[in-house]
Amino acid sequence: MAEYKLNTPLTDEAIEQLRAGDVVFLSGTIHSARDAAHKKLFELLDAGKELPFELEGSAIYYVGPSPAPPGRPIGSAGPTTSYRMDTYAPRLHSLGMKASIGKGKRSDEVREAMKKHKGVYFGATGGAGALLSNSIVESKVIAFDELGPEAIRAMKVKDFPLLVINDCHGGELYVKPKLDTAG
Amino acid sequence: MREIQGKDVVEAVAAMCMRANTELPQDVRRRLEQAMAEEDSPSAKEVLRQLLENADLAHDTKLPLCQDCGLAVFYVEIGDDCRVVGGNLRELINEGTRKGYADGYLRKSACDPMTRANTGDGTPAIIHFDMVPGDRLKISYMAKGGGAENMSRVTMLAPAQGWAGIKKFVVERVAEAGPNPCPPTVIGIGIGGTFEHAAKIAKKSLLRELDDTHPDPAVAAMEKELEEALNALGIGPMGLGGKTTVLGVKITMEPCHLASLPLAVNVQCHSQRHEEVVL
Repeated sequence: MAEYKLNTPLTDEAIEQLRAGDVVFLSGTIHSARDAAHKKLFELLDAGKELPFELEGSAIYYVGPSPAPPGRPIGSAGPTTSYRMDTYAPRLHSLGMKASIGKGKRSDEVREAMKKHKGVYFGATGGAGALLSNSIVESKVIAFDELGPEAIRAMKVKDFPLLVINDCHGGELYVKPKLDTAG
Repeated sequence: MREIQGKDVVEAVAAMCMRANTELPQDVRRRLEQAMAEEDSPSAKEVLRQLLENADLAHDTKLPLCQDCGLAVFYVEIGDDCRVVGGNLRELINEGTRKGYADGYLRKSACDPMTRANTGDGTPAIIHFDMVPGDRLKISYMAKGGGAENMSRVTMLAPAQGWAGIKKFVVERVAEAGPNPCPPTVIGIGIGGTFEHAAKIAKKSLLRELDDTHPDPAVAAMEKELEEALNALGIGPMGLGGKTTVLGVKITMEPCHLASLPLAVNVQCHSQRHEEVVL
């Protein structure tokens, strides 16, 4: 298992070298979006309108942070469960999104899309939202402010700690439950 | 009749919401430390290390342990010989929830199920009332995050399926949930009652201390058997493999209809955020 320091925007070359189990420290700008924001992004796409951020080379973080207390750029900000965005991810990968960040399993369709369009799925530690917020140095709502915690935020991250769960070669890190030994 | 002031309820509820979201319970910390010592896998150890560091940071900064501060769930036991003055108890608990989620910079996660519009203040809380002997008011709070709650299920087994059927359903549920609910999880199980009651007692089981032992030796043995079976799944912390898939299994069992064997499995994430107060 290798360790990489990567910057956004992410390139095909950066993605191709990654294998499930690798540790990545990501720096640059990532964008938060979860259920409600994805729905709105798709409404914009379907209407042929411009998206609030550039998809090419982008990393979308499935997160709805807690409010920023005074003196901090953001509140607690760990990943939400990714499968709820599975219906959206393949199209976003086809339009240039390189990475999604979340926790939990992805569908066959998302894994296929990552192979086809050179994408990666990163896991961040679920339930470590206070700790992860330390790697977010700036955060600004750039779209859908009315969604509150679900608004799209541009987040400037510095060495955000990630684990490659699914790589673009079909590799997967999650273990299969041993139902035979569980009795 | 002993009187309890409404404003004391509001203050106590607000304080519980803030404390539970920023302080990892001591029983959970002990169990995570024990798991870290027992795990051989470096990735399992690293996840557990991060969770303990996260707890220290939340304690120091008062940032919530997790950005998902949950729906606020309350189990309330009202003594027969006390009464709350200065407001309706349900409203007072909701007022305390609003105050706690606002003052504590906690995320408000309650929304309309169809429009998905956020209610904006973390309410309405989910409140279960019960009448008990005595002159005290006991309020237990749980921050119930969506990720783990989504992995929970209720089923109506046939009585003939018995213990084997219960065990199979629980093991398959946790296996299917895999990494999604933030393992190592705590599993609350309700056996018996009716469709809705099984779910209610499954969730109430999550208020127990992780290192307690069920007073009924038969139920304690069932909890132990399930815990061993679930940990044998090898899902491990965050689904990366390991010995610790669950931190505990807590069962509540109550009589049911002759024709039924209701079973509810309520999954709770590794932080097991809960608090209680007696007024």
